[in-house]
Amino acid sequence: MGFYLEDVMAEKKVKKEKTPRAIMPEQAPDVRNRNFEEVPLGLTPEMAQLEAARCLQCKKPACVEGCPVSVNIPGFIHKIVDGDFAGAASTLWEKNALPAVCGRVCPQEIQCEGRCIVGKKGQPVAIGHLERFAADYARESGEATLPVVAEKTGKKVAVVGSGPSGLTVAGDLILKGHDVTIFEAFHKTGGVLVYGIPEFRLPKDIVGSEVSTLEQLGVKIETNNVVGTTVTVDELLEEGYDAVYVGVGAGLPRFMNLPGENLIGVFSANEYLTRTNLMKAYLFPEYDTPVAKGKNVVVLGAGNVAMDSARTAKRLGADSVKIVYRRSREEMPARAEELHHAEEEGIEFVLLTNPVQFFGNDNGRLTGMECLKMELGEPDESGRRRPLPIKGSEYKVDCDLVVVSVGAKANPLLTNATPEIGLNPWGNIVADPATGKTTKKGVWAGGDIVTGMATVILAMGAGREAADSIHDYLTLGW
Amino acid sequence: MFKIVHREEMAQGTIVLNEIEAPRIAGKAKPGQFVILQVNETGERIPLTMADVDPEKGTITIIYMIVGKSTTLFGNMDVGQEYYAVIGPLGKATHLEKKGKVVCVGGGTGIAVLHPIARGLKEVGNEVITILGSRNKDLLILEDKMAKASDTLHICTDDGSQGHHGFVTDVLKDVLAKEDISLVVAIGPVPMMKFVSMITKEKNVETLVSLNPIMVDGTGMCGGCRVTVGGETKFACVDGPEFDGHNVDYDELSKRLQAYQSEEKFSMDNCQCK
Repeated sequence: MGFYLEDVMAEKKVKKEKTPRAIMPEQAPDVRNRNFEEVPLGLTPEMAQLEAARCLQCKKPACVEGCPVSVNIPGFIHKIVDGDFAGAASTLWEKNALPAVCGRVCPQEIQCEGRCIVGKKGQPVAIGHLERFAADYARESGEATLPVVAEKTGKKVAVVGSGPSGLTVAGDLILKGHDVTIFEAFHKTGGVLVYGIPEFRLPKDIVGSEVSTLEQLGVKIETNNVVGTTVTVDELLEEGYDAVYVGVGAGLPRFMNLPGENLIGVFSANEYLTRTNLMKAYLFPEYDTPVAKGKNVVVLGAGNVAMDSARTAKRLGADSVKIVYRRSREEMPARAEELHHAEEEGIEFVLLTNPVQFFGNDNGRLTGMECLKMELGEPDESGRRRPLPIKGSEYKVDCDLVVVSVGAKANPLLTNATPEIGLNPWGNIVADPATGKTTKKGVWAGGDIVTGMATVILAMGAGREAADSIHDYLTLGW
Repeated sequence: MFKIVHREEMAQGTIVLNEIEAPRIAGKAKPGQFVILQVNETGERIPLTMADVDPEKGTITIIYMIVGKSTTLFGNMDVGQEYYAVIGPLGKATHLEKKGKVVCVGGGTGIAVLHPIARGLKEVGNEVITILGSRNKDLLILEDKMAKASDTLHICTDDGSQGHHGFVTDVLKDVLAKEDISLVVAIGPVPMMKFVSMITKEKNVETLVSLNPIMVDGTGMCGGCRVTVGGETKFACVDGPEFDGHNVDYDELSKRLQAYQSEEKFSMDNCQCK
């Protein structure tokens, strides 16, 4: 009897000790902040299966509701439990053309993982890590089968911009049997995934591989084509495209209009990151494009792009990198993981502080800046407490590089050339939130050009909705 | 794509002309607009204002001085070879309208940029007086073409080997004193454009200059080409490249052009391309 009781006790104890959430292996902070290789190293198959087993396989999965592209999350996780990793990737592809990207850059904590039932009492299932695992497995093994392309419809669609929303539209519509051509202004495809997000967060080979999957499905790509000037939207329609999707992103950097902002050494985050990522200036002189290497770097802003800039500066050899942000820690808009990684890598957060002006030497090079301390007042229209300057709190900061990362606006190049596409007062395209339809017949838009600067996955969600609407249009009518 | 169909050396090989297949761009480009070229995947993106376009042939022409690694690599390419990337047409086209008498001032490879603009100004009915400057007569380019595009052509050389012995500004002052000029277009080195603008400002003559600051994308995306015009920050790539010469902060532009001087020197010194 005694033995029996003990056994029951032991079994109960085992049941109580739940498997903890998998911890992603990473390069050590003091190693990785000197190289551009990817920070998280990926889960092993054993880790992935153990983590996948934590999923409750809910009948009504809240995580799927939290996903802007409605990935069948319990479905792909179940395949990982079964050891069918390639099958897991195929399940992902049904709803998401870019799983290896999303597994790396989605803000899971406010989407799928934020809704996970396991997370109510403990740590949620590491859905992002698992997505990355399955997609990486498929890419590296080449085992996963591509989705089946529907019979050709004979309809042609032009997708303008090869960022996350454009790639999603292209992926969805090629599967539905339409001819799809992507027009990209740069010489490389991927949009913000290649010019903006750094190699250490999203290796460019992975973006390349996701794009090549689309090409294998039949998507055509025309690079070096700046729609709006090389060709206009109207000309694309005249050339025989039945529908045009505009996903050109938020391609016009904001500056702060402060004295000294045009000194050498003050960059927009767009320029700093484009030089480093797209043009591979971190490999200078192997690549010809240089980028300024600061010793004392200040990044203005606290979003994901600011974190990317700060961590890039560290890797390019900066002694000190400061994030200067006018609100408090709570309001920092970056993903939790980015803030965590930045802090681990020695980025200093200077909060409740605003820049006032920049100082330079006779050669026009930046030598320092003046900052002002702030305090939080009443909530503003965004619901966040409004930062107010503290009088007389100005102080000087030595710096030789400043990256202005306070957002980006709509680039007017395409819309100026096609005035029939209606804009809001900020120059963003007005599009029906449910369908992505613009005010011009046959033209859809989505992503940052519509919403202003947002996330990869929201752009993809908009692309998904527009693709559905375009498909309806091509098969049923406007 | 982007195959070189014709190549010419000028100014004793220091300046090179490339005519490049780029049908989409050639079908669209207008005087004053530029392209961005990349020689290969590891190359820099270099903005160059087009010297000519041929919509029927589907070609564009660029003329560049060999000054650093990128232009050396450009210059090393033969007919039949291809640029890795050419994008455009970028920037705003020159507003060509009948003004009456206009003066076109060009220096260095700026003459190549000036040529289609002078030709366009003449085509719409202006009397075009052209003033070209170079260090000496061997470095002067496009003299014949500019003569055709102009009603009057003045040449100035620093060493007096051809035409006026001295600067374009000397001749410009003369012309402005004698003639009733309604527009001056000045394209060349920054100091030339600065001094031309100083002279025309005194006389209150409208002046256009074409700026070529450091750029990356050329579509307004990076803001690297910021110039101060009339106290406001402008992006040369989308707001320009032409601006009211009287309002440009030339000193800031000159300094910003030096931003990567040491990297450029390093690249050139370590390049196997010479």
